[in-house]
Amino acid sequence: MGSAVIEVTPGWAIAAAAMLGGLVYLAAVFNGMLASRTVGRSPVATLLRPVYETARLLRQRRRSTVAADALLWRIGGAGMLVAALLKLTVIPFGHWTLFDFDAGLVWFNAMDVLVWAMIWLVGWGGNSAHALVGGYRFLALAVAYELPLMFALIAPAIAAESLNVGTIIAAQSGLWFVVWMPFAFLIFSVGVLGFSVWGPFASALGPDIAGGAGAELSGVDRLVFFAGRYGVLAAGAAFAVPLFFGGGSGPMLPAWMWFLAKTVLVLTALIWVGRKLPLFRPDQFMEVGWVLLIPAGILQDLVVALVVTNQ
Amino acid sequence: MTLIGDIVFWLFGAVAVLSGAAVFWVNSMARATYALAISFVAVGLQVLMLDQAYLGIIVILMMVMEMAVMAVYMIMFMGMNPALMPMSMVHDKRLSLSIAIVTFVLLAAGILLTAWPSGSPPPAEDVTVALGEALMGSKMLAMVVLSPVMVATIVAGVSLSLNRGRYDRYGEDLRRRNADDPQPGGVGR
Repeated sequence: MGSAVIEVTPGWAIAAAAMLGGLVYLAAVFNGMLASRTVGRSPVATLLRPVYETARLLRQRRRSTVAADALLWRIGGAGMLVAALLKLTVIPFGHWTLFDFDAGLVWFNAMDVLVWAMIWLVGWGGNSAHALVGGYRFLALAVAYELPLMFALIAPAIAAESLNVGTIIAAQSGLWFVVWMPFAFLIFSVGVLGFSVWGPFASALGPDIAGGAGAELSGVDRLVFFAGRYGVLAAGAAFAVPLFFGGGSGPMLPAWMWFLAKTVLVLTALIWVGRKLPLFRPDQFMEVGWVLLIPAGILQDLVVALVVTNQ
Repeated sequence: MTLIGDIVFWLFGAVAVLSGAAVFWVNSMARATYALAISFVAVGLQVLMLDQAYLGIIVILMMVMEMAVMAVYMIMFMGMNPALMPMSMVHDKRLSLSIAIVTFVLLAAGILLTAWPSGSPPPAEDVTVALGEALMGSKMLAMVVLSPVMVATIVAGVSLSLNRGRYDRYGEDLRRRNADDPQPGGVGR
């Protein structure tokens, strides 16, 4: 059971970044369509909305606050996009990967932990009370979703007996992991929504605190931060494909097309579900995460381990 | 390692030391905490360059997570005005300096006096397993005893520091169905 992927030259990183850009655009348009449908506007008008919004934010003069910690603020704002791009390096695009790393799964996990730092730094940097409250909200939520997420990530690794993403794909040649470890996939999805500050976990950017961690962001800072937020959501959706949906496996079409199709499907599903669920308060979700999701994750890992040892 | 690899490795070393020192230069708790995080990330990348894939990434993962949480506590407890304002990162300079110098001399002496393998023997087949054997192999009994003691200490520490225990939550006879908590929400409340 060897690695099923081929490492490509670093130059392809540009293509990977372009793909992330495409996914971010798609996610923003899809989210905009759902939003305009709820208020009864034509969804077609949102197709070019991200272009206009990008142009507007690029032209907008950067606003600053009194005694802002500009260094940490900028690091946090740009860091989300960097984390998303770094996640993408270990996600195989069909047969090709940028970084065929022994511990690819842990790499992904380390990059989603970077989001902890980034959101808090954005909240801190603006020297604004609402933004700082948002930063603290996120950390409270992060403690609740991160440990269940780690247990969910372990399940495919146990089944494949490897932390290498290519090997995890190869181990699903018979049956996709989503079929026999559904709880791991559900908890993983919760984690992806969590580190993207999306849907029920968006309280760190909530309108009740004037936009929370992002409250004081303007101009290009705002553009990069929110593109990065869509970026980590897209990277999370893309990582579900090698982890639970057999990577690029599928009939007829080439592997990269299957990978893209599955990624888009997971991404749109996450956006749609995220909009349907009510907002979780961090303190409420803490108990859900630790009393329900962690035991569920451990039981899922136990079941997977028992299946693997009895094969 | 190649020449470029060597240079990058030493660069990470310099980053680790300088950002470690920056912890004391800067005047904000947030900057100090994240300077320490950068120092740890640089060390993690060095460990990664030594082909310890898992350990290197785990160092980065744990330390970023730890520093994110530490920033909360540092800002909460340090300083007169919960460290939201600029403040000096050094205090009790004479004692701290002497402790730092003694520790440095001890560690440096340890490096110089250790009998390192002579020449450059070929690295082991699986360096992670080799490192685990070298660190823990002969001390497995101590490690096995240590972990339950540590867990017991954590549980005892938490239960001693709780200001509301199960008798407050479920009543004197523990018969109350739903916990009586000052803060509602979560599971089954």
